[in-house]
Amino acid sequence: MPGNKKTINSKILNDIQNKNDNNITNNNIKLNGSKTSDKKEINYLSSMTEVIDKDKKYKEKKLTGEQKINLLRTIIKIRRFEEKTIQLYQIAKIWGYLHPYVGEEAVAAGACAAIDRHDYIVSTHRGHGHSIAKGADLNRMMAELFGKATGYCKGRGGSMHIADTELGMLGANGIVGGGLPISVGAGFSCKMEGKGRVTLCFFSDGATNNGVFHESLNMAAIFKLPVIYVCENNMYAISMSVCESVACKDIAKRAVSYDIPGVIVDGSDPEEVYFAVLKAVLRAREGLGPSLIEAKTYRFGGHHPNDPAEYRDKKEAEYYKTEKDPVKNYKARLIDEKVVTIQAIEDMEKQIMQEVENSVKFAEESPEPSLEKFLEEVSGI
Amino acid sequence: MREIEYREAIREAVIEEMNRDPKVFLIGEDIGKYGGAFRAYKGLLDMFGPERVINTPISESAIIGAGIGAAVTGYRPIAEIMFIDFTTLAMDQIVNQAAKIRYMTGDNLRCPLVIRTQGGAGRGVAAQHSQSLEAWFYHIPGLKVAMPSTPYDVKGLLKTAIRDDNVVMFIEHKMIYLLKGPVPEEEYTIPFGVADIKREGSDVTIFAYSNMIYKALEAAGQLEKEGINVEVFDPRTLVPLDEEALINSVKKTNHLVVVSEACERGSVASDIAVKITAKAFDYLDAPVKIVAGLNTPIPYNSTLEQASIPHAKDIVKAVKEII
Ligand SMILES: Cc1ncc(C[n+]2csc(CCOP(=O)(O)OP(=O)(O)O)c2C)c(N)n1
Ligand SMILES: [Mg+2]
Repeated sequence: MPGNKKTINSKILNDIQNKNDNNITNNNIKLNGSKTSDKKEINYLSSMTEVIDKDKKYKEKKLTGEQKINLLRTIIKIRRFEEKTIQLYQIAKIWGYLHPYVGEEAVAAGACAAIDRHDYIVSTHRGHGHSIAKGADLNRMMAELFGKATGYCKGRGGSMHIADTELGMLGANGIVGGGLPISVGAGFSCKMEGKGRVTLCFFSDGATNNGVFHESLNMAAIFKLPVIYVCENNMYAISMSVCESVACKDIAKRAVSYDIPGVIVDGSDPEEVYFAVLKAVLRAREGLGPSLIEAKTYRFGGHHPNDPAEYRDKKEAEYYKTEKDPVKNYKARLIDEKVVTIQAIEDMEKQIMQEVENSVKFAEESPEPSLEKFLEEVSGI
Repeated sequence: MREIEYREAIREAVIEEMNRDPKVFLIGEDIGKYGGAFRAYKGLLDMFGPERVINTPISESAIIGAGIGAAVTGYRPIAEIMFIDFTTLAMDQIVNQAAKIRYMTGDNLRCPLVIRTQGGAGRGVAAQHSQSLEAWFYHIPGLKVAMPSTPYDVKGLLKTAIRDDNVVMFIEHKMIYLLKGPVPEEEYTIPFGVADIKREGSDVTIFAYSNMIYKALEAAGQLEKEGINVEVFDPRTLVPLDEEALINSVKKTNHLVVVSEACERGSVASDIAVKITAKAFDYLDAPVKIVAGLNTPIPYNSTLEQASIPHAKDIVKAVKEII
């Protein structure tokens, strides 16, 4: 819907469309009166590419066909899982709070593809995509949403608290920004262990307005912790537009106050996310400290399944759904590049749907947590 | 009398006070067009404009701090923290600043601040969105704590809170926003520290507040069938507490059951039990009984969630144990 683009009154949209702004790593600005003011100019957002290339550790390679197919599979898997959970929420099989990740899949897929299984991730209330991209078992995820004993949290936590030590998934979080300081500790742990392990910390725009954001990034920066901060800027925190809540134009710019790299990527493009995160990961593994990556993205639905999102411009939402749908776009791209055939994608879809359906069956058939055991555990005051 | 929802009663109180006093304003997350997480502020942005309905980023500490700063300079802010669970992010501003500022400055700085928030379990929103944290605030000298249970009470108490020159923690319960009850059209306020007997009785006093009033009333109904006549005592404000009325009720019934959704350790309930045991010992025919939530973070699974908070049957059982 190209006709709509101009009418959409959104600074973020302009940023994405304006490719010059897409990577602001080479911009220089003057800072007066700061501790670095003796230098005439300071590097605004130090280029990660530069750092890595110098060490010959990183060359922007092309992804292999297999890697691309894996990215696509992850994106589709998240989408279908989320669509299913929304359906189940509407028929009250899942209750409490559910925050779908539909529209943002490419961020988790790209970012998690750039780390290893033994690396850590720290997630948010909108965390299903992060878990799936890190390799979580759909059965145990769905069982958790059903509150069953076989779920990741034994039915105690539900959607907002899925965690798995084995996967290095340090937890979704019901508190906005709650994971940010935890990522600092995981970063210390990675650093002290000295094996090159890193922590990937997800959060959205809203979290960057809480004090813990500053405390965490500053601490990670001064101790050069191997933490990659991935801000999923989906432009809203419930009804609050990022244009009204964040004082600077781009969240990545906040990196300047910690003297760490800050980059902007198109969060609907898994490869762009992947390469940006990969650079940051390599940098972190080298002991060069944290980075802040801002992935511009959009949640296609409301804050939760019952939120009609009336606070958003319909045209804006329409634009993202038609132009920036990671599922649709990445499928088309891989077909175009002849990495996959339409048939292969159909097979992939079928297989994923089967996996999702199986997870529902597994969740339905799983036992409830034992009430007797619960009462035993919590006896006493 | 007409019946309106609890959240509508809140909205009416706010509108009336904002119309009465131009110094009253609202500050909090998603309170603009969205109208607040529980829609208690629906339409207020249109009515009063963005200068008096200040929609903020997710910055709990700054929301409370902004409330304090505006309050000590002559305004009457109503700062909203969406869930009581998130007051944890603003504890310095609430406990070290707001609660003490008037006292420690020798009355120089008055802080007419209302902190509206809500807590409680029952919606399957798990451990970080279901807590009952009133004991924290109850514990802090310098804070008033209101926990209204009905639409009538919430309206009258909120108006009083707004007019109060001190800091008020105004704690609602997420399960009762849609509950309807009689609220007169004429203006009224309810003073702090005045309890309300929600049901008169002669055999046992049940002290309960907020959502637990409904469990207590349900229990009272069941017990009546068995010939036990229950008095349901609603303090409405925990600080100040209407101790005199409670002692009078105990003098009449000689039995006290204290109900609390929060777990017992360090709770308001255990404090009430101690107080009454000390001050009305001679009137008690049996030890005070506490019915409280279990010692657990609130689980997501609904069977476990329900098991972790008191129900009418638990209150019935407790009453029978002491009568
Ligand atoms: C500290 C805190 N404040 C408020 C909330 C209520 N809340 C839940 S999600 C949300 C919006 C979060 O926005 P953002 O960080 O942008 O994440 P998104 O929902 O966009 O993924 C809010 C305000 C919360 N959970 N925690
Ligand atoms: Mg957001």
